[in-house]
Amino acid sequence: MVSKSRTAKFFALAATGSLLFSGCASGSENPEASGDKTTTITWWHNSNNGEGKAYYEKVAKDFEAAHKGVDIEVHAMQHEDMLTKLDAAFQSGDTPDVYMERGGGELAAHVAAGLTKDLSDSASDELKFLGDTAGGWQIDGKTYALPYSLGAAGFWYNKALFKKAGVEKAPETWQDLLDASDKLKKAGITPISVGAGDKWPAAHYWYYAAVRECAEQTLSDAVSNLDFSDQCFVKAGDDVKQLIDAEPFNPGFLSTPAQSGPTSASGLLATGKVAMELAGHWEPGVMQGLTEDGKGLGEDTGWFSFPAIEGGQGDPKAQLGGGDAWAVAQDAPDEAVEFAKYMVSEKVQRGFAELDMGLPTNPEAKDAVADPALASMLDVRDKAPYFQLYFDTAFGASVGGAMNDQIALLFAGKSDAQKIVDASQDAADLEK
Amino acid sequence: MILAVAQEVSYVSNSVGNDAASEQLRQPRPDKVQSQQAVGRRRKPADKRKTLEILFFISPALILIAVFMLLPIIQAIRFSVYNWKGFGPLVDFVGLKNYARVLQNEVFTDAMIHNLIIIGGSIALQLPIGLGIALLLNRKMKIQSLLRTIIFVPYVLSEVIAGVIWFQLLQPQYGVVDTIMSKLGIQGPAQGWLGTPELALWTVLAVLTWKYLGLAVILFLAGLQGVPSELYEAAEIDGASWWQIQRKITIPLLGPTLRTWGFLSMIGSLQLFDMVWILTGGGPANSTTTMASFLVSEGTKRQNFGVAAAASVVLFIVALILAISYQQFVLKRDSQPDEDRTKSKKVKV
Repeated sequence: MVSKSRTAKFFALAATGSLLFSGCASGSENPEASGDKTTTITWWHNSNNGEGKAYYEKVAKDFEAAHKGVDIEVHAMQHEDMLTKLDAAFQSGDTPDVYMERGGGELAAHVAAGLTKDLSDSASDELKFLGDTAGGWQIDGKTYALPYSLGAAGFWYNKALFKKAGVEKAPETWQDLLDASDKLKKAGITPISVGAGDKWPAAHYWYYAAVRECAEQTLSDAVSNLDFSDQCFVKAGDDVKQLIDAEPFNPGFLSTPAQSGPTSASGLLATGKVAMELAGHWEPGVMQGLTEDGKGLGEDTGWFSFPAIEGGQGDPKAQLGGGDAWAVAQDAPDEAVEFAKYMVSEKVQRGFAELDMGLPTNPEAKDAVADPALASMLDVRDKAPYFQLYFDTAFGASVGGAMNDQIALLFAGKSDAQKIVDASQDAADLEK
Repeated sequence: MILAVAQEVSYVSNSVGNDAASEQLRQPRPDKVQSQQAVGRRRKPADKRKTLEILFFISPALILIAVFMLLPIIQAIRFSVYNWKGFGPLVDFVGLKNYARVLQNEVFTDAMIHNLIIIGGSIALQLPIGLGIALLLNRKMKIQSLLRTIIFVPYVLSEVIAGVIWFQLLQPQYGVVDTIMSKLGIQGPAQGWLGTPELALWTVLAVLTWKYLGLAVILFLAGLQGVPSELYEAAEIDGASWWQIQRKITIPLLGPTLRTWGFLSMIGSLQLFDMVWILTGGGPANSTTTMASFLVSEGTKRQNFGVAAAASVVLFIVALILAISYQQFVLKRDSQPDEDRTKSKKVKV
């Protein structure tokens, strides 16, 4: 299960010295010596169907046309597949030249292992217009990837069901949310769906509560020093506990998956079985895929920001979210850096926005976003005083995993606010 | 998988030994015992050549085993003493700390208990039910082969597909199971069968029983074919009832089959992963984690490959100890020479 395939191959080859394994070893070397100066760039992305895939193929062709002697090998993969293959690629050290990074602790680990190229100087022009959005991909003042899509999480809700239950306006405070949940329950509507089976959707509640409870400085200190000693992290757990105790969640939420199938958290919202769900900017797209007419909630789709929590030290307009960025492998040719820069250029980002493939980071492309819900989110994102990366990404898989596990236990009634902080701190101490 | 390695290796080494021994036997020797003792000590040049020949022919197989089975085991042991995220060089040596982290982790110790519950539960459920069905199906009847097929189908079905189907059937509120129950006026658990921590493991066990009962029945039926019919006839002549015949003849003579099945069932339960992963992912509240699901989530989800490797070594050792003790205490009587076996298993009618 945890083997290094390369070593295994080498061992096999050396041991037999026969024809038996000769097939495995060929193909790892680049036929560089052939004289013609073709540079091949491998590019992995996760837009593996429909218009997105076709668009990215066109982008690669355009780049090849503009740069003589560059050949781009495009690999479109399903998202989860891509992550698995990337992990394997990092293990073997044979990373694709241009690939997706989600930032935070994950990126920090790749940087520490010397796998990712520093783009601070080579992409300085791009970093000027990307500004704050690149923050999640910066380590010790250096930028290692160029974000091309960045979105905030928030509550997606069914306008019709809110109306039916007499909830006039979208909740703005924690108490509003609890009241809305009560009203919905009285009207016989399940207020909120949460895919606690996958853990991270439940964890988002705690992350956001922490963003509201903790001051900006506390959060950034926590990310850089892995220190959770501030009392605001415990308070976040208490807030979430208060919500869980009000029982607003769909029956069986402990085993509900986030996005797969009509009985998933997104499916329940898309089919009108629940009134709202806390989710990221991907939600409209996911919901469209889960309804027969391909429209999701259609006109009834509404969005409101995570409510303010009274007494919290965080800015109520601060946003929690995440995004994707193009990174370049350490040993990739210079043309790969050019390609990553091209990917965040106005031209490519406009096309990206027109197809609703995500929330563009290039300011010149923002007006091209077609979907109204996404366009309004873009507004919220850009007006946020600061932007916190999802904790599991920011703190890395190990701390994030321990954190998510304890939060899921809190949802199951088997943990408490202090234990979440303790488990996160324990995992963090092992990282130091 | 790991066990298969140990078995394969011992199989190969046995076969080498056996060949050498049979070679000795073929030569005219007055005393068999003496000749066998001599194998290790002195060898004639012809023997040496023979051994080399054998080595030459089995080396491809040995190399395959070494590369795809032994090497991964050695690698796992190596990874288990490092703090490693899955990429980059192995530099952060931590000694046995990962083992301490695994063994002190409540989730892992609970997972071990879950594995034991599943081992015990599988045998306690499948043995009587499987035996009962096998005995019934062993009687001549019209739709015998149809019934056999129906019972065997779940076993043939891919574990992943069966898991996904059961996951959908067991959905709270909207799933088929809950729908039927509510039509009958029974309220299913509020969090669903797989979402209630106290029920989830038993639900998984029920699905596993459904899935693996077919294997037990088929094995038992095959074992029943080996019971000589004269014994039945003799018993009938002596006036034994159907029940007496089953109890005194069939089940005792089915012993070796039952014990082999028990071994397979135990190993399967120890390494249980896919069904749990699909039905619950180890949740809710870690109530269905198994050792295998623990190490996979620790490795692939949290990127603590050192800890995952340590957990896999622990799983390997646990499986090895259980397998060897089962061989020693339960299966041994089946591999004894014939005269001993009849002694220990006298059939009384």
